Amino acid sequence: MEKETCTFSYCQKPAVTEVECDLLIMGGGMAGCGAAFEACRWANEKGLKVVLVDKAATDRSGAVAMGLSAINTYVGENKVADYVKYVRNDLMGIIREDLVFDLGRHVDNSVQLFEEWGLPIWKKGDDGFSLDGFQARDAGKASLKDGGTPVRSGKWQIMINGESYKVIVAEAAKMALQTNREKTGMEQNHFERVFIVKAVMDTNGKNVAAAIGFSTRENKIYSFKAKAMICATAGAVNCFRPRSVGEGMGRTWYPVFSAGSGYAFGMQAGAELTLMENRFVPARFKDGYGPVGAWFLFFKAKATDSFGEDYCANKEYFDDAVARYGDYAKGMGTAIRNHLMMRAMKDGKGPILMNTHTAMAELGASFKEKLGDKEGAKKMKHLEAEAWEDFLDMAIGQASIWAATNTEPDKTPSEIMPTEPYLLGSHAGCAGFWVSGPGDLPGTPEHYSWGYNRMSTVPGLFMAGDVVGASGHKFSSGSHAEGRICAKSALAYILDHADYKPSPKMSLDEIAAELYLPFEMYEKYKTYTTDPTINPNYIGPKSLQLRLQKIADEYFGGVATWYMTSKTMLEAGLQKLEMLKEDAAKMAAKDLHELLRCFENYHRILSVEAHARHILFREESRYPGYYYRGDFNKIDDANWKCFTNSKYNAETHAWEFKKVPYVQMYP
Amino acid sequence: MPSFVITEKCDGCKAQDKTACQYICPHDLMALDREKMKAYNQEPEQCWECFNCVKICPQQAIETRGYSDFVPLGSSNVPMRGTDSIMWTIKFRNGILKRFKFPIRTTAEGSVDPYAGKPTPDFADLKKPGFFNGPARTE
Repeated sequence: MEKETCTFSYCQKPAVTEVECDLLIMGGGMAGCGAAFEACRWANEKGLKVVLVDKAATDRSGAVAMGLSAINTYVGENKVADYVKYVRNDLMGIIREDLVFDLGRHVDNSVQLFEEWGLPIWKKGDDGFSLDGFQARDAGKASLKDGGTPVRSGKWQIMINGESYKVIVAEAAKMALQTNREKTGMEQNHFERVFIVKAVMDTNGKNVAAAIGFSTRENKIYSFKAKAMICATAGAVNCFRPRSVGEGMGRTWYPVFSAGSGYAFGMQAGAELTLMENRFVPARFKDGYGPVGAWFLFFKAKATDSFGEDYCANKEYFDDAVARYGDYAKGMGTAIRNHLMMRAMKDGKGPILMNTHTAMAELGASFKEKLGDKEGAKKMKHLEAEAWEDFLDMAIGQASIWAATNTEPDKTPSEIMPTEPYLLGSHAGCAGFWVSGPGDLPGTPEHYSWGYNRMSTVPGLFMAGDVVGASGHKFSSGSHAEGRICAKSALAYILDHADYKPSPKMSLDEIAAELYLPFEMYEKYKTYTTDPTINPNYIGPKSLQLRLQKIADEYFGGVATWYMTSKTMLEAGLQKLEMLKEDAAKMAAKDLHELLRCFENYHRILSVEAHARHILFREESRYPGYYYRGDFNKIDDANWKCFTNSKYNAETHAWEFKKVPYVQMYP
Repeated sequence: MPSFVITEKCDGCKAQDKTACQYICPHDLMALDREKMKAYNQEPEQCWECFNCVKICPQQAIETRGYSDFVPLGSSNVPMRGTDSIMWTIKFRNGILKRFKFPIRTTAEGSVDPYAGKPTPDFADLKKPGFFNGPARTE
């Protein structure tokens, strides 16, 4: 196909703004806000400039945009080494234990700050029952920092009133950025509605010299030149065809706006990836994807098949799982529980039910026994509100589905279902970049540490949150803490490399032409047909996404094949993906909103390619219940208890793969 | 549920420099029709149902309607977000009404002073574990 270029013969040339700073933070979610909070405090002392760029409004950006009903990582009275053990078990034995331990020893500091800033945290009342954030305050309960007792739903989780969780965390980050503006005299260091789409390398061939993006509000392009960068732009969602393909396509479990932009940025810079074959397939309330954690852990509800059988206790399923996946099956991590649920579904025993009604009846009976009828009923009312709040704080649509289907959780059970796959590194998944660890922990092997904590294999490019590989189960609090860890080491890097002056390989004119090519395409060809949405000369963002989703779903183990794939399937899908990638050079956008979608979907394509190639490389089924290699449907520790690392060359499109030894550091 | 804008109530946020719903939507869905001066959801099938446009609208002109591919008609779920609490009014398809009120923050909006009373950083610790406000846990 003929290559298209943008000469601004058809579309308007954008204004170009260059912003120079010391530290650039990309992404304003939990990790980005954590990075800004920690970075500014240190940077202010040395007059270093910190800039944060967010494609949305920071008050409500990132995975916590809607709120949360729990903080899933608070170590508290537990041991950090036990946190490592729990994460290792859930991620099927292969994690970077140095990164996970480092996270565990830092995370509580962030949670205690959230409470100080105003996040209401549930506390245990004197009677052993839970108090919400206001009741706890009014009862004079101590803060977490002063030894207050949170309400644990599980060993690591604490309950919160988290509707405004992100607003509160963003407020601290924004105030921190303001102090940095005041210290450095920068006019602006917080950019909202600017979408970073590309890493531009330095003429030195090593660093990323500039991060390039465009405003989604005006015809303006930005080049952010920085001595060090923190990439904190989340995982990849809506890459696989979702179960709902109409209006409900947006009701993804993880945020629909997480477009794999962080993976794409690092890949463009040639940063090494690890465990990109990993994915997360959460089992959630059907269609609305409401959370199950509190139901399992806090309300003690049981999930069964439609005949009332606990599928995790089915001997036939379990024995088969042990035969294929060994002792990992006995660990009953999230992947294995998914696997057993799918066995029951494939045997026609669905729908799978979350028995909310029996759980609430049992709790109600125990309340009445302990407190008498009147007080017991009062507590029950509080419990009902807690059950609804769990959805209303973080998956509001699920509460709406209950209302629309006349579902009262104390009277009827609800269906649960495994979702379409998601790529991420902060929740119960670990797909991301290979980063340096802290280096100070006893037993750290040499290949885990190269000087600056959380730095990727590209000098000066740091990773935080979802894009860090082999270190899952950080969740919201851990991502904030990881952003802070990153900020410190990025500043250390900046101070150690004070002479470095970024020198981008591309000129501003070349950059503008590349970013606005979809506008040029649209304007050049739009009148060729009577309806610009169907035109043989270009591909619109929606078509890009649907083609990607179909390939991923059918060839790379989506819901269409019950998460099953193989060498032959992957290779066939990768051929189709290659053509889609070529066609992405003919993306067309009619307005800034579509330009945003074009590049988001391009980032999704890169993320999915990495995912598929990693699945192809790992010849075993390490994550049953998330995906299966039909040609190697077992866990093969002898050959594959290792990290799988890859490097993408953005210029030649070539991939390099290697195995990297896993080292167990904690018992 | 994808959000929709009630024609009669939306005033296009005339009094402000930008519309509240456009400002807040994490997925860039809300757009303003400048001729009618009314906002609308330009891509309902990309709506995550985060309710942030609903919560922020100064005219209470935005509500949600269940995703057409799996939600029956006839119910509603409406929040009223105040400065320290949020109130939810949930109407079932069969008419059952539920109301809940939950805390959202214990401090005044805009009151976070991130570094007040916090230690200044010691650069000797920059490459060590811990944050500017305290050391990492040891065990």
